[in-house]
Amino acid sequence: MKTKTTRRTHLKVLGATLGGAGFLKAVAPLAQWTGDLDLDGFLQNHYKELGPDELASVLARHEEACKADYGADVEIRDVRPTPGVVFGYALNLSICNGCRKCAEACHQENNHDRASHQSYIRVFEMQKGSMDFEHGDAGYDHAVPAKDKFYMPVQCQQCENAPCVKVCPVEATWQESDGIVVVDYDWCIGCRYCEAACPYHARRFNWHKPEIPAEEVNPDQAYLSNRIRPQGVIEKCTFCLHRTREGRLPACLEACPTGSRVFGNMLDPDSEIRWILENKRVFVLKEELGTKPRFFYFFDE
Amino acid sequence: MSRPDHTQSYPRFLWRCVLSSLEGNGYYFAWMGGLFVLMLIGLDAFSGQTVEGMGVTAMSDHVSWGIYIANLTYFVGLAAGGVMMVIPAYLYKDHEMHKVVLAGEFLAIAAIVVALGFVAVDIGRPDRFWHIIPGIGRFNWPMSMLTWDVIVLSGYLLFNLHVAGYLLYTRFIGEQPSARFYVPVVLLSIVWAVSIHTVTAFLYSGLGGRPFWNTAILAPRFIASAFVTGPAFILLALQIVRRVTDFDMGVGPLRTLVAIMRVTAIVNLFLMLSEVFTLFYTGGAHAVGARYLYLGIDGHDALVPWIWSSMALNFTSAVLFVFSGVRKHRFRVNVACVFALVGIWIEKGMGLIVPGFVPSTLHEIVEYVPNLVEWKVSIGLWALGLMIYTIGAKLSVAVYTGAERLKPASNPDTDDNASSTKASTP
Repeated sequence: MKTKTTRRTHLKVLGATLGGAGFLKAVAPLAQWTGDLDLDGFLQNHYKELGPDELASVLARHEEACKADYGADVEIRDVRPTPGVVFGYALNLSICNGCRKCAEACHQENNHDRASHQSYIRVFEMQKGSMDFEHGDAGYDHAVPAKDKFYMPVQCQQCENAPCVKVCPVEATWQESDGIVVVDYDWCIGCRYCEAACPYHARRFNWHKPEIPAEEVNPDQAYLSNRIRPQGVIEKCTFCLHRTREGRLPACLEACPTGSRVFGNMLDPDSEIRWILENKRVFVLKEELGTKPRFFYFFDE
Repeated sequence: MSRPDHTQSYPRFLWRCVLSSLEGNGYYFAWMGGLFVLMLIGLDAFSGQTVEGMGVTAMSDHVSWGIYIANLTYFVGLAAGGVMMVIPAYLYKDHEMHKVVLAGEFLAIAAIVVALGFVAVDIGRPDRFWHIIPGIGRFNWPMSMLTWDVIVLSGYLLFNLHVAGYLLYTRFIGEQPSARFYVPVVLLSIVWAVSIHTVTAFLYSGLGGRPFWNTAILAPRFIASAFVTGPAFILLALQIVRRVTDFDMGVGPLRTLVAIMRVTAIVNLFLMLSEVFTLFYTGGAHAVGARYLYLGIDGHDALVPWIWSSMALNFTSAVLFVFSGVRKHRFRVNVACVFALVGIWIEKGMGLIVPGFVPSTLHEIVEYVPNLVEWKVSIGLWALGLMIYTIGAKLSVAVYTGAERLKPASNPDTDDNASSTKASTP
């Protein structure tokens, strides 16, 4: 009886030791991961709750981190919306030729991951006679424009009634006063509910830490737009707010060789976008969903 | 007998709970040891995923939720199904059911823990978990359905912990449970059980951009299948308890569970058929996810064999439930339970989540099949759930058979012997 009890105790001790060792082995990678996290980042508040001093130190910390991680000297600014401005975007499907220069410009301007060749714009080759994406193809690989096809670039529609904003459990994404839907990359928990909610496939997730060679990093960055995103968070098109809020045009528009893209302040009666909206028969994607996009399409003829 | 001093007896109760889970015969240790190893394998895979990024899974921007969210959905259903013990016991005053009602409470507890685990492994930034805590973070309530899910899931967990803990503790100290301390919570938990799976259905059905999910019948379908899986799991658990312990529960509870499943399994099939008819007869864009699921599109048919197996399992289990009696056809009933659990895991798991994403909102077809990392993490969490449930069941049997009870000035050695002989005789 005595020996049986001792053997049992020995077995228990052995089991507990093995179990403990196995546990430590299993969580070992996490130790490395928590080592990479810094306390300031962990405790950082939501963008809207940052005071001017806090925000300045957050921006400085991110600039240093970019230097350390990517070897690039960058300037990260906080660019706020201008009162009395609501941005709109229109795209002329009669002249878009499907060259995908816009998607490439987006890739570079917004410091996208090089490995996945990410971009906020997908260009669909569509069958003439149908507006149904069922007959579209985003993976075409031939000279453009092809016969009997037209081309439909799709990016974030900056919906007035945005399903993605509604579903976010932590208010990490919201609509600014100029209509641009932004993400606080430092607040997003990475649940991807917004990605499921978006009817336009406009959101992207950082499945890995983005890879960009130092010389290719665009140093002109903003906190809410094109700064290099952390791993495990959602990102999306911001109408290049670091450019457009300072009077410049979005990178995709500047890159377009056909002139099919029109961008501007919809509240300005003299703007080109206003002229398009007033004089062309524009339409929006999936109007029946009631999302009220601020991205419009039209044909010339 | 004088009233025990709770400041003394409650810590002692908790300590006995811990000890009880560390005692048992060889079978118990083999079972728990095996589960622990599986859990470690899952933990290891999760650690790697956290460091490397979610890209080590098979998910993509096209199919951005996969087997983790599928499991979340299934386990919320299992948790809600636990209430099918509680309703007969408390609303219909079924006394035999009262004796085993803890089997339902512990299913709720274990399944909610697993469900929350599947949320934790699915988010890209587990370190930012505090952002979703009301008061500290920014809680987008009431707009975001996910915040509702946080509230109902954690509430349901707390209610069931309270009821199970209270019933065990009063038995442990040899007192009658006082109705006012737990019956109101039990009644609330019945409503709450329906709410957890309803809210989880609303999570999907509220998305206008995903026609496959955007259907009002989703919540009723979730509830119907939950009321099959919950009783099926409990019935199997009770069969095992009957075999490995000398706890006398009678055949009444099993009979009640089968009676419930006869109805719910058929209702589940009926709702599924209603949905399939509407989708396929109407056709068009609304049906395209369903077409992918049941028939495949342009040679993309990863889910087709799964969903047809699920249909066969669900149909067979419904037929078996109708034509089997608990006493006469024990084996058949057990088989029907296993079929129902597997069939609904497919239907309310992968068969629900993946077709929401295939084809994508812009009609691109990117298929998804979970990879080894995702299987390891999933199996690890299942093992964790089974460990919790086993401990709960063992504890309940020990307390209800009187093997574990507060004894004044008891000596730990005799305590040990009492519980190991009583509670775990195979």
